[in-house]
Amino acid sequence: MSEALTLTRIPLDDYAGLRGAGEIEELRALAKPLRGRSIEMINSTAIGGGVAEILNRLVPLAEELDLHFKWEVMTGGEDFFDVTKSFHNALHGAPYHASLRDFEIFLAYTERNRAALPLDSEFVVIHDPQPAALIDARKPGSNHWVWRCHIDLSHANRAVWDFLEKFVSRYDGAMFSSPEFSRQLPIPQYLFYPAIDPLSEKNQDLEPEFIAQVLARFRIDPMRPILTQISRFDRLKDPVGVIRAYRIVKRYFDCQLVLAGGSASDDPEGAIVLKEVLREADNDPDIRAIELPAWAPLEVNALQRASTIVIQKSLREGFGLTVSEALWKKKPVVASAVGGIPIQIIHKHTGLLAHSVEGTAYQIRFLLSHPEIAAKLGEHGHQHVKENFLITQKLKRYLTLFLTLARRS
Amino acid sequence: MNAVETAFDFVTVSYLTRIGNQSAGTLTELLTGLEHCSDASIFHHTFQTLGTHHFLTEGFSNDFAQWVLADTNRNDLAEQLAALDIRDYVSIAALRRDLCRLVGEFCTAFPHFAEQSALERFYFCESVEVTAPLGRSARTLDEFRDGIAHLSHAGFYFHFISSRLRLQLQTNDFSYWLAGGLGLASLAENINHIDIYTNTLDSARGKLLRLIDRERRKA
Repeated sequence: MSEALTLTRIPLDDYAGLRGAGEIEELRALAKPLRGRSIEMINSTAIGGGVAEILNRLVPLAEELDLHFKWEVMTGGEDFFDVTKSFHNALHGAPYHASLRDFEIFLAYTERNRAALPLDSEFVVIHDPQPAALIDARKPGSNHWVWRCHIDLSHANRAVWDFLEKFVSRYDGAMFSSPEFSRQLPIPQYLFYPAIDPLSEKNQDLEPEFIAQVLARFRIDPMRPILTQISRFDRLKDPVGVIRAYRIVKRYFDCQLVLAGGSASDDPEGAIVLKEVLREADNDPDIRAIELPAWAPLEVNALQRASTIVIQKSLREGFGLTVSEALWKKKPVVASAVGGIPIQIIHKHTGLLAHSVEGTAYQIRFLLSHPEIAAKLGEHGHQHVKENFLITQKLKRYLTLFLTLARRS
Repeated sequence: MNAVETAFDFVTVSYLTRIGNQSAGTLTELLTGLEHCSDASIFHHTFQTLGTHHFLTEGFSNDFAQWVLADTNRNDLAEQLAALDIRDYVSIAALRRDLCRLVGEFCTAFPHFAEQSALERFYFCESVEVTAPLGRSARTLDEFRDGIAHLSHAGFYFHFISSRLRLQLQTNDFSYWLAGGLGLASLAENINHIDIYTNTLDSARGKLLRLIDRERRKA
């Protein structure tokens, strides 16, 4: 590995208690034809971010299935990551004027990594735009290369996408988190969902005493309904819209609102949004805007578990794994119908979708008035996550992809 | 306990979802998509979705019905689409014909609704199937019961639901083998009558195992 990676090892059999022994046996059966074959995953960070979090869990599980799984991390200087951060935002639709120099920096670091990375496995999975141009290292007719894109490309900046498309179209396939994010490409495109680990600190069962302690620490009353949105302080998560929805609900129900997310202190825009939130909250004692450390899985877990209803009122969203986290905890969720959220929230079955502040408020009121329906949505949501969005399902999807690629050749 | 010459081989299945290049923003566009999408796409949005959403036993039947309900708000058409029972079909062509007929008749009867924009678009996807033998087989009813009890959801779905397209018969792998291999036609028929729309895969399996246990007590 190009960087020291400490992997979290949880034995595959530990998941049998949640998924059933048959599901683990199935993984072993699917992996059997792939035993001993080499797989290489390449991304651009070892720590932090959803991709690293998933690979950290996925790689040890795959190794247990006797796959030769390597996780390599691309390296780059500050100038490279400045460029790729701009590319990332531009692909999400932010305004950006690409310069020739930016593309040169991108390609120069690609060349350096090409020389340093092995890139010789039978299956090579490249994550996101940063390492996308490594496809140049592929030897003709040798191995299988696929590109996993975790970004919503539906509003991608034309210049950046045109530059990347030349590389992406040379892969054997591309994977997106939602059909909406896919592009017109000459290669097969597949639907790949992010996943949560049910045994991680963020999702494992917690003692009621610990949950009570967390509520006490943040001065949240456990006896009254708690509405919660977990997300960083970002305008695209619409925290101000959540407060407006809460105010409508408050006319009918004596409830509290918790807005909790990663620290805004090291993010200039986050700090501005937090100020906007506090201004909108107007010292309402029942609104808690909580700045959590960047990594506070147990607190997030406790706040989700203590919630009466979880909200995800995003204006734009990649996949929105916080929705799956809440559903796994059997919580009723009211969320916006954007990005990957409708894949997780099947309206009226695994949660309720909304398209406005008023709609969000109405759905919350409906669920507070009908706790039996809320409980049923939570139960169905849990089953939906269990069936589709757990780390073991992600592993199964990868095995299926590799078998499909091998069969095609 | 009788043993048969032809063993029942347990298999599991996994599906990769391939994103198609068609989408629909109106009912008219849905009809066009239904007419032109691949068989693998019809399979994905009907048979396969029932497997991955088996835990929804009220009001969820297939992706087309759910989209018409949630995104076009046409409850009447949604109900008709949801009422299509995949057990009635042994070919995708026949299922496609009925889907097109229902949407087509609605668009003709209500042309103003046919052109209304949906809240969200419908994206046609298709299933790429990979099967894997589980290395377990049965020659007796006891072995058969044990094998079913240990199957994953996908394996159970493969043998019990999607099998009719493979067999081209209105039955399933379990019933087919019980009737043909063990000569247990009545048990086979009872198993084939288990309702896959009002049961989860787990509750359907529970009913199936109880039927087998009843048969074993007779022996």
